[in-house]
Amino acid sequence: MNYLRRTFLRGTGAAGTVAIAIAAGLLKPGQVLAAEWNKVAFDATTTADAMKGLNVAGAVESKDILIKAPDIAENGAVVPVEVTSKIPGTTSIMIFVDKNQNPLIADFEFSNGAEGFVSTRIKMASTSHVKVAVKAGGKAYTASKEVKVTIGGCGG
Amino acid sequence: MSMNRREFLQMLAVAAASGFALNSRSALSAASAGGFYDLPSFGNVSLLHITDCHAQLMPIYFREPNVNIGLGVSHNKAPHLVGEKLLKAFGIRPGTVDAHAFTSLDFEKAARTYGKVGGFAHLAGLVKKVRANRPGALLLDGGDTWQGSATALWTNGQDMVDACKLLGVDIMTGHWEFTLGAERVKQIVDNDFKGKVDFLAQNIKTNDFGDQVFQPYVIKQMNGIPVAIIGQAFPYTPIANPRYMTPDWSFGIQDDNMQKMVDEARAKGAQVVVVLSHNGMDVDLKMASRVTGIDAILGGHTHDGMPAPSIIKNARGQTLVTNAGSNGKFLGVLDFDVKNGKVAGFKYKLLPVFANLIEPDAEMAGLIKKVRAPYEAKLAEKLAVTEGTLYRRGNFNGTFDQLILDALMDVKGADAAFSPGFRWGTSLLPGDTITMEHVMDQTAITYPYTTLTEMTGEMIKTIMEDVCDNLFNADPYKQQGGDMVRVGGISYTCDLRQGFGKRINNMIMKGKPLDPNKKYKVAGWAPVAEGATGEPVWDVVASYLRDKKVITPRKLNLPRLIGVEGNAGIA
Repeated sequence: MNYLRRTFLRGTGAAGTVAIAIAAGLLKPGQVLAAEWNKVAFDATTTADAMKGLNVAGAVESKDILIKAPDIAENGAVVPVEVTSKIPGTTSIMIFVDKNQNPLIADFEFSNGAEGFVSTRIKMASTSHVKVAVKAGGKAYTASKEVKVTIGGCGG
Repeated sequence: MSMNRREFLQMLAVAAASGFALNSRSALSAASAGGFYDLPSFGNVSLLHITDCHAQLMPIYFREPNVNIGLGVSHNKAPHLVGEKLLKAFGIRPGTVDAHAFTSLDFEKAARTYGKVGGFAHLAGLVKKVRANRPGALLLDGGDTWQGSATALWTNGQDMVDACKLLGVDIMTGHWEFTLGAERVKQIVDNDFKGKVDFLAQNIKTNDFGDQVFQPYVIKQMNGIPVAIIGQAFPYTPIANPRYMTPDWSFGIQDDNMQKMVDEARAKGAQVVVVLSHNGMDVDLKMASRVTGIDAILGGHTHDGMPAPSIIKNARGQTLVTNAGSNGKFLGVLDFDVKNGKVAGFKYKLLPVFANLIEPDAEMAGLIKKVRAPYEAKLAEKLAVTEGTLYRRGNFNGTFDQLILDALMDVKGADAAFSPGFRWGTSLLPGDTITMEHVMDQTAITYPYTTLTEMTGEMIKTIMEDVCDNLFNADPYKQQGGDMVRVGGISYTCDLRQGFGKRINNMIMKGKPLDPNKKYKVAGWAPVAEGATGEPVWDVVASYLRDKKVITPRKLNLPRLIGVEGNAGIA
């Protein structure tokens, strides 16, 4: 285990990672808010409406989208999700949680041939499908995986 | 009632002559010749396996379940077989010593005949005997070892750590161990176990960077053959048990990483790859069908004493899946014959540990005596006498659980009570005295607080549906391996043809349907939320027992089950 790395980051405070990324020139502060906020999609109360708002309503099922998420969430408030799109020319990856009040969690944009990979933590209100949509070469693709959220206790 | 070994052998002879309970000539003749445990060696790689002993250092009684329902892919398959259906599936003759070891049939009569099971001094004697003709054999401990008894709780797991080192455990993984807290586990692994016992878990990583917390696997040389053992800790520890015990660690099944570890070990030259697992048997069976290159998964958690392995075919071959019961009752012995770099054959035997048939190991007996000495008076306190058998195992309730529910409702003045569906806890026979030690056997955890909560009828149903789904979800990867929460004060039906949220119906309290909007006082224990407080459950139960003095046979509150006709998981 890399203790040095952990101690170093802890020392830089809660916002450490982002601050370092900015300091290292990996992220420009303006970039975070640069993309236009798609209010219609983010405020939608069903996955179908959110997908419509993002122009991916007719997305076709694809086995080239890999979703890595726990079968049962350890904590519904921070569920780790990794998405890999192996579809060539991926330009965006969108994540939805069907049962959340506002299903659209995030919309990641990729450019200049960046690898179609995101790793994030999402909030889930209850057991639900985590749905992913991918835009690539002007077409839309989708995949999903169920993640169970449970009250806990009583095991073993 | 207890007998020494000689009396026991005499008893066997008398019993056989009178045709009482014992009619397996082979078991009997072997037993009277002292050969019950003669296990001829086979092949060149041997693994001894214990799991889920739940800190039982002394011989105890343990009743196997008569309800262990399997649905969907698990329907009428091991481990979801009980009673005569289990005997039939594994070719065990009724009325034999094996029939008693693996089922609850004629439990009281057979338990009085064959006596207590387990105990580390007897287990140590058996391990030495089995190891004697298996040079280089490894002893693997599947976990749930440092929790389950008063002495383990009061010594912070130290009694079991010392006993396991003396027993000669080589490799271990865990589950309830983590309820001692992450720091204590690391302290034991980095100090007591250093250079002696490898604590393995491929599926525990840090929350922040995903770094490995424990070593994922080891490769050991056995008679010139490289053998890899991969550890798999209980994947749902932070969900089934309090999250705050291991706040910085993430668990999960992680079969992608398991495949990676198998491939890595093979690439390093391992000719045999075995997973020491605390997944639970249904999860192990699914994992065996998905991850390739594993020769055997030696499993625990679900406490299934399975006489023979399940053989699971997958894309690149086959994997054996075993489960070795609980409470120190069994020792699993897996022998592989490895030829030309791969497994050419195997033999497996799950040996029941009958204390009357094994010479206890003197050194281990000495250690146990020393460990217990400071606590003997407290452990031996006589609380009450039971008129019926007290046990815990079963999908929906056990008599000891019912006793805990009755005590909670009585002492707390509650309308209803919940008790967790734990599968550990020893059994008592009619006429036995219930001591403080026995109460601790059912309750010794690091979060023993009792609670009294106002809950709406709707909330009560939500909790019951949630736990029921943890047991009966169609996907084994979404099951947690405990039993249904035990419910006192509310009768209900459980429709196992239905899915989440629709199984629990017809909930009745005191003759009236449960009102979804009305608030009820519900007692419980073992809250997983941080900051919970309350009188320890063992004090609540002990005060109830002292007051009652005689415990009449319990009337089990069991749901009426729907959709289980012909299920081999019901005796």
